[in-house]
Amino acid sequence: MTATLRTMDYAVLQQCMHCGMCLPSCPTYDTTKRERNSPRGRIALMRAVADGDLEVTRELAEEMSYCLGCLACQTACPAGVNYAELFETARSDIEIQGAHPGVERKFWRAVTLGFLFVHPRALRAAGRLLRAYQRTGLETLVRRSGFVRLLPPALRRLEPQTPRMAPAFSNAIIAAREDPEGPARYRVALLTGCIQDLGFSDVNRDTADVLLANGCVVFTPPLQPCCGSLHAHNGDTERARQLARRMIELMPPDRYDAIITNAGGCGSHLRRYGPLLEDDPRYRDRAHAWDAKVRDVHEWLASIDCRAPSAAPFAEPTTVTYHESCHLVHGQKISRQPRAVLRLLPGVSLVELPESSWCCGSAGIYAITQPEQADALLRRKTGHVVSTRAAWVATANPGCHLQIARGLDAAGASVGIVHPVSLLARAYRREDGITNQ
Amino acid sequence: MPLSQPIADGLAAIVGPASVLTKLEDVLPYSFDGTAALRQRPAAVVFPRSVEDVAGCVKLAAAHSVPIVTRGSGTGLSGGSVPQSDSLVLCLAHMNAIVGVDPRNLTLRAQAGAITQAIDEAAARHGLFYPPDPGSMRISTIGGNVAENSGGLRGLKYGVTRDYVMALEVVLADGQIARFGSPCVKDVAGYSMKDLFVGSEGTLGIITEVLLRLVPRPAARRTMLALYERIEDAAETVSAIIAARIIPCTLEFLDQVTARSVEEYAHVGLPTDCAAVLLMETDGHPAAVADEAERMAAIARDHRAREVRVARDEIEALALASARRNAFAALARRRPTTILEDFTVPRSELAEMVGFIAETARGFGLQIGTFGHMGDGNLHPTFLTDERDEAEMARVHLALDVIAKKTLALGGTITGEHGVGLAKKAWLREQMGDSSFALMKQVKRAIDPGGLLNPGKIFD
Repeated sequence: MTATLRTMDYAVLQQCMHCGMCLPSCPTYDTTKRERNSPRGRIALMRAVADGDLEVTRELAEEMSYCLGCLACQTACPAGVNYAELFETARSDIEIQGAHPGVERKFWRAVTLGFLFVHPRALRAAGRLLRAYQRTGLETLVRRSGFVRLLPPALRRLEPQTPRMAPAFSNAIIAAREDPEGPARYRVALLTGCIQDLGFSDVNRDTADVLLANGCVVFTPPLQPCCGSLHAHNGDTERARQLARRMIELMPPDRYDAIITNAGGCGSHLRRYGPLLEDDPRYRDRAHAWDAKVRDVHEWLASIDCRAPSAAPFAEPTTVTYHESCHLVHGQKISRQPRAVLRLLPGVSLVELPESSWCCGSAGIYAITQPEQADALLRRKTGHVVSTRAAWVATANPGCHLQIARGLDAAGASVGIVHPVSLLARAYRREDGITNQ
Repeated sequence: MPLSQPIADGLAAIVGPASVLTKLEDVLPYSFDGTAALRQRPAAVVFPRSVEDVAGCVKLAAAHSVPIVTRGSGTGLSGGSVPQSDSLVLCLAHMNAIVGVDPRNLTLRAQAGAITQAIDEAAARHGLFYPPDPGSMRISTIGGNVAENSGGLRGLKYGVTRDYVMALEVVLADGQIARFGSPCVKDVAGYSMKDLFVGSEGTLGIITEVLLRLVPRPAARRTMLALYERIEDAAETVSAIIAARIIPCTLEFLDQVTARSVEEYAHVGLPTDCAAVLLMETDGHPAAVADEAERMAAIARDHRAREVRVARDEIEALALASARRNAFAALARRRPTTILEDFTVPRSELAEMVGFIAETARGFGLQIGTFGHMGDGNLHPTFLTDERDEAEMARVHLALDVIAKKTLALGGTITGEHGVGLAKKAWLREQMGDSSFALMKQVKRAIDPGGLLNPGKIFD
């Protein structure tokens, strides 16, 4: 059974002793200075529901939709409150009670969470359609014609943010099994993700290359469902469980030394299959085994003593800054390792980004549901990126990548965006280039 | 109890309708501050943007006899900003401007909602220093600090908030705007009214702007950790350092439960296998710092410190101090409810007090984590309990009473830096004595005759 705020373990709510240490870390509280827009305020509302002092109202639904779910509060919290669990339980409760009105919303939830992000073939088919739309000139035509104005508001906002579809998806460019040239030290499974697969399959290729260069045999199942992160994050706990079971079947954890993810948003969820399937006796043990094997790619590289490339990724000395994906730094506490990867690169100097762990406003579908707040956060982020004068900003999450690209574009800034692992892959490739000459 | 429509409309006319909150979901999160187990929903919350807004709201509330509770970030630890059911919360979070730093007079002017840490950062840009550093300084407001006369980790050498307040702007109970103090280093014109408002916990007026004294930023700092097998050895080290005429900036004590909880959260390398840790910090001229640090380390070793560690660099030193600031909340990892106390005794009585607290915990079968500003004699014994367990809570209250009585017997005070608020009311009369307690109430009646400013706090 899916826990609601009233049935969940009360101790999780009680863990918050409302000291207020979370307030300065919360982007929405920072904007409004209102308690209900803060972590401890939201927890107070949740606790009021659990205590029977408040119903699951539309106001609560709106509040939980305003929360980015960035989990910065979880890093700030000295008392160790599990905000991720509270957040997902509240959103799930809101869906169960139907506190979010609107037929349009229901329809798009059904299409995305209920269909596209459950059936990977359908998602890729949609990706191919989108690719055709983007490449045939139809997109330009549609944008010029003003046809976009006829779309419902949520889609209209989504349209310019849609990622450019990659020329080939991951399965076309990564074999199901690839072996390193040298001796094999580890066996790892590679998760290709959804947005990463459609829009950034090159990052998946780069990840495979970097793993190969470090002695890993890389297993990449060609057809992978969504990991369920989108569902759990948006209150669809039951589907999140179904997807977790499928992933465990697809990549049984006992066959690998590690299960590698390169997207911060996915990784944060992937590490919590154990709690998600706690009440499922058939999967519980495997789910915990799975959690123990999941590694963010940077974390994995750091733990296996990643080989420093002998070539530089760029012809000229280059400055790079690093933006931390919320679900990588706050959700998984991975902060040092991506920087360590960047520091391995010859000819690259890493400059710190002010407020590097402050949310960029992407936050899953937040840019669509809360465009105003998302834009404000994006402008703040873009300003900081520009202030570093770096030529590139590295980040390890496709949502952040798309969002920051949009921000830099709007600001007219010529800063490139790249996954840290792509820079490493590039350096390794240039190494080969030098030896071949 | 909801606000009547004419009052709500009147408030909206002053601050704008978007700055008046009355919906259940909006006001419910204003039911508490940083104090455990105290909760009461207010009637409404308003966000003034200027002293005129505050004055307008107070006049309106006074005309309708609506009680007012002033609030900053709501991080208080004695229930000082916990509302009453019919009260109006005046939240000054938007009045957060740092008006300016005057480097010629070494002063800083800020609105009451300015964040404590932002004030020190503004001072630092001029090579200056605002020393008071309460545990919540990253989010606490200066108005709240002044109203509670907050302390912090640096009290030993630098004193507390009061020592830095030069002048105040205050909205009085009838809505008049009054100003006390001046930018002069010396000023003995009339009663020191500003000192009456410092630490008045929102019961005499609403502080809207402050003028603060700054000092030169120390050129050097050294942070050390001393590890002990016995708590009493740590306490004796503190007394010996002070007897040796050394005034370090910080002498913080953490017992094992506290050190473990903080380490679990912050991962700063606090030892978890010793009975007590002293966090010692000295700052000032580099030569003096080096000398003092050496002497303090020697005294610690003389008092059976198992080990004395020196922080490698400024980053590690800052990490240690900020980890210590979160000690109270980190203790919440242990049990569902954490009841934090603030007993303070003359420093000569520290060893006895620390021993007594441990003994009392054992006697009542309770878990207590103790930490505190040992150099100030200011201890924070924290009861780790569960507010839903009535039997245990009853024992907590008994133990609290016993410790409070012991504190007073040793010539101490029931609160060193958190204020009386709701949490410590029970013992105030006993500490003050009948005549001074009565005089205090007379002062309250003279300045707030309607009794509308933060009623029920400090005394009934």
